[in-house]
Formats: sequence, C-alpha cells, structure tokens
Amino acid sequence: MPPFLKEYFNRNGIGLGSVMLGLVLFWTVGLIILPQLSMLDFSFRPNLPPPEIGGPKDLYTLENYKYLIFGPEGGSQDYNAVDLRVFYRTLIAAVLVTLFNLMLCYPIAYYLAQTKGNHIRVLALMLIIPYWINEILRAFALRIIFGESGVLNNILVGAGVFDTPFDFIRNDIALYAGLGYAYILLMIFPIYNVIESLDRNQIEAARDMGASWTRIHRRVVIPYAKPGISSGCTMVFMLSAGALAAPQILGGPSSLWFTQLIYQQFNDNSDWPQGAAYAVVLLVTCILLVLALMRVFKVNMGDIGK
Amino acid sequence: MSAGVGVNLEDLWIRFGDFVAVREANVHINGGDFFSFLGPSGCGKTTILRAVSGFLEPSQGNVLIGGNNMKGIGPNKRPTALIFQNLALFPLMKVWENITFSMEIKGASARERRKRADELLDMIALTGQGDKLPSELSGGQKQRVAIARALCAEPDVLLLDEPLSALDLKLRQHMRSELREIQKRVGITFIYITHDQGEALTMSDNVAVMRAGVIDQIGDGKSIYNDPNTAFAASFVGENNVFRGTVKRVIGNEAMITTNRSGDLMARISTANHGKLKEGDDAMLFIRPEAFALAPVGTQGDHFVTAQVTKEEFEGNVFNIFMEGDGGKEIKVALPNLGQSFESHKGEPMTLEYDVKNAVALPAGVLATE
Repeated sequence: MPPFLKEYFNRNGIGLGSVMLGLVLFWTVGLIILPQLSMLDFSFRPNLPPPEIGGPKDLYTLENYKYLIFGPEGGSQDYNAVDLRVFYRTLIAAVLVTLFNLMLCYPIAYYLAQTKGNHIRVLALMLIIPYWINEILRAFALRIIFGESGVLNNILVGAGVFDTPFDFIRNDIALYAGLGYAYILLMIFPIYNVIESLDRNQIEAARDMGASWTRIHRRVVIPYAKPGISSGCTMVFMLSAGALAAPQILGGPSSLWFTQLIYQQFNDNSDWPQGAAYAVVLLVTCILLVLALMRVFKVNMGDIGK
Repeated sequence: MSAGVGVNLEDLWIRFGDFVAVREANVHINGGDFFSFLGPSGCGKTTILRAVSGFLEPSQGNVLIGGNNMKGIGPNKRPTALIFQNLALFPLMKVWENITFSMEIKGASARERRKRADELLDMIALTGQGDKLPSELSGGQKQRVAIARALCAEPDVLLLDEPLSALDLKLRQHMRSELREIQKRVGITFIYITHDQGEALTMSDNVAVMRAGVIDQIGDGKSIYNDPNTAFAASFVGENNVFRGTVKRVIGNEAMITTNRSGDLMARISTANHGKLKEGDDAMLFIRPEAFALAPVGTQGDHFVTAQVTKEEFEGNVFNIFMEGDGGKEIKVALPNLGQSFESHKGEPMTLEYDVKNAVALPAGVLATE
C-alpha cells in the first residue's frame, strides 16, 4: 500500500475510509470518466443499425467530425454553414452571458460579503429560494414574464415605453435573461467566498490614502477576488454553453443552441455517433477556451478550486 | 521641516446606540508631538483614532487638524495616514507598489514612484527589497513597509493603531526606538494607540490615559507615572501597590491615611487632587515597588509598613518580594540587585520604609484589572 493511502486509512479507519474512497471512485470513474470515454468511442464510429454493431462495418472513422465541418457528402455547400454558425453563435452567446452575469453578480457578491447584519441573510435566502423551483418551471415562468402579452410587455406598453408589445423572445432577450438568471448563484458564491476573506482594513487603508472606489476595486478587491471570479466565470460559461432547457423554452424560433443540435442527433435522428461527435467538439472547445483565458488572466488551476 | 500640524479634540462624544464609547474628550495635541492614547482594550482609544482619521463621524464635538474643522471630510481627504493594527499591506502588490500606492492615486508615473520608493526603502533600511511581495518579508520588515507607505502620502498627522502588538518582545522594543527616531526625522505629528504603558512612556512626548471612554489624565510620561490623577491611572500605568483607607488628616499637600492593614501612613496628594481630598474621605495610597527600602524589623512610624513575606523571586536586576497586603492583594517590593547577599525572609515579618514624596494619595476609585 502506498504511504499516502496508509496514512489515509490510519486517519479515517478501514471501514469509513473504504466507504468514502469507494464513493469518490464511483463518482469520478463511474459517473464521469467512463460515460465520457464511451461518448468519445461513439463519436468515432459509424451510425449502424443495431445488428451490425460490432460487425465488419463497425470501424473507427472521422466521418462524424467531417460532417460538422463539411456537411453531408455531396451537399450543395462546401462547409456545414448552418451547424458551424450555430456552434460559434452558441460560444459567443455563452461568453456574453458570462460577462453579463459577472457585471451583475460582482456588485451583489461584494455587497453581501462586505456588509454585516441580518438583512444579508435574508438577501442570501432570497437569492437561493428561487432555486428550489425546478429549472424548467423557472424557464416557463420567465417565458410568461417575457411573452408578447406577458407581465413585462403589459407594464412597458401601459407605461407608454412601447406602442406595441416588444418581442423579447424573438430577439433572444428572454433567452439571455433566462441563462443569466439560471447561473446567478454559481457566479455570486465563488466571488462572495473570496471577498468575504478580504481584510476590510485593506479597503480602508486604500481609502485612507485617497483612492476612489473605482481604484479600490481595480487595484485591491478585484485582484484579490480573481480566483473567485475565474471560478464563477468558468462555471457559468461551461453551463451556459451546455444548457438545453433554457434555449428550448426561451429561445426564439430562429435561434438554435448547439446543445439543441446534439439533442436532435441523439433523439430525432437517432444518430448517436454524430451527436457524440458534436458533444465532444463542444466540450473540447469549451475546455480549450477556458484554459486559454486562464492563461491570459494568469489564473492557476489550483486557485479555481479555492 | 515644518513645526508640524496640531490636532484638537473639542468636547468629543462618540456613541454607538446606547453605548458611549468616548465621553467628552478634550485633547490638545501639539504639532510635531508624539502623542499616545494609553488604555486597556475597549476603552475607546481606537474609536478616537477612527474619528481623527475620518472613518467615523463623532456624535458630538469636533476634530480639528491644523485648526481646520474636519466635520464632513472623508478619510481620503484628510491630511492623515493610518497604520492599521494588522498593517493591511496589499498582499498582491509588490513592496514598492505598496509604498507608493498614494502616489499612484495621484497619477504619478511609474518612474517617479520607483524613485520615491527607493528613497523610502533606504530610510527604513530595506534597500533593494522593493520587488518582493509583503509575504516574503519578516514581521519587523512589514512593519517598516507599512510606515513607509503611510509616510509616502506625506501626511501631516500619522495615526498608529497598536502597530507593534503583533511583534515579539525583542522586536517590539527595537521598533519603539526606531519609530521614535523616524518621528523625529520627519517631524510630523504621531498619534499612537497602545495598551502597553512601556511603549507609551518611552516614545511619547505626551500621553492620555483612558478608561471606559473617559480620558483620566493627559501629561508627559513622568507626570503620568509619578503624579497620577486617578486611582485608575496610578494602577494602570506601571506596577503599583495600593493601600485602601480613609483620610485622617490633611497637612498642606500631604495626607495622613488610616489604612486597613498598615496603620496610619503619610503620602503626598497628587497635584490634580490638591484641595480636593478631605478628612474622612475614602482614599487610596499608592507606593511603587521600587520606592520601598528595607528597614529594621518592627520600626513604627507613618512611613513604615510591616507585613509577612509570602513569596520571593529573583528576576536578575531585582529581587521581588511579595508580602501580605490589603484585600488579598500582595504588596510587591522590588529591591535592586546590587550584589548584596540576600537572605530569605519567607514567612517572617519584614518592615519597609518609603519616602513620603514617593507615595501618592488619591481619592478612592476604580482600579485597573490585570
């Protein structure tokens, strides 16, 4: 037995230690690594009817990846313009949702972390309670709010801001709002956690030296909160890019989210290998994007776990 | 160098809800002075500092800096710089960036800032350490960086909130003289908050002794130590032996006090209480451990104390003898170690003599708790 395992069992006992270790292994291997490997495997196989699976035609191929880039063989276009367009639009939209969320959540997190008093607990509770409601129900609630004859349009038309109801859904505003709202807590809490440990005296010291609030945030608070900010942004970006319910319910008729294409491949076309290839491309692109941004902003992987 | 900018507190009250943190403080601090507020924790001294720095608005009364009323002026607009108890250096900025943060705010170029940082680093004997992070410095070095950062803003008044309390004893004593030296060199007013009487007495031109929001006494170290206004000041600043009793007779500026255990003793009435202590008043008589001398056992008189020896200690420079005292408290006597042979008197009675001018009679009052 390697020494670290021995020490682990000495500390936790054989019984409890094995249970905890088993659960962690089940979680990482059984629920994360194996399914992903199986998807990876799928993505390199042709879409065959069940009897032929494992047969002579079941050979590894790059067809599914080629399809995303070049479209169906003998198609009218050189590139799969439709799917590629959905792909990069999804990524850009996810980045925008992340930025929008950051701008919204940083002040909230700062306020929660640096203010004392009971009303903070009430506020935190008010943020959490909506998450007791199912994600799909929440999306429908937003659809009702943003609908053509919805609450928001009634108010805006009634107040004379618009003459006719504004189509929030067709203009994707409902979608961005829904995505932003869905992951608000995942942005607030990592930032809150970091800022809460910031010594208030540092803010006062900067103020004492004459710094404006903008500069205090730019030079003292934000550098300190960077691990929390990157952790929140990573989660919101990953989850927005991979969201399905909100785009299904809140997206306009013209806006397809890339996850919806994946969904279609799996369910409507019953083309699992094709769906798996799309999913792998999305996952790998998102990871590379996050890693690249982490390098640009000089954040370590270890900081994100904080 | 300018004569320095003075600070005045006029009838200052600070309340938090029903709690009065500072009560009617009137303090005049001369420009260029090293002034200390000395008191136990929770006495309101930090509250006063926050009112001077502008982080807290007084409930009543005024803070004047250089004769200008600071009412409504925020901490970033006052000519003060504050050094925090935990220093509050910016952990992610290099030492030189920390030091010149106030210049960065004013828009100075990186080159100017670097130059100024190097000057200040020379002054605090940290030449060439500007590119380190605060976490790479020792406690004493961080301390000096915090001072340099505060001085870089060229404040008229430097406020220090127990900045030495986190250091170990040796370093603390070293930093005392260093702080005093820096203060003399830059010539600005220092306001220093401490609960350590040694710090207050060694560094300060003047000291204010505080208790529960009230300033008991303001004066230089000698008058605070030798001529306390109140029983609290007498017992908080330095070690002191207390004898409780009532005033039997007042003769000029001296009083004869009938003590509970040690008979009638004479003492000088402290200056602030001249004419106030009257016959029959409850009084306290204070004699410092070092003010006693040995006398032949059993000698009677109004400046002799006889009691049983309970404990003896050898501290190197002094022999400490503890004797049965009033109200369960021991009488402590410190006899200088002058190479004399010292015989143990444990369990035996011993008689001590003191000079009446070294004993202080005060109205009975609250004592500092250890």
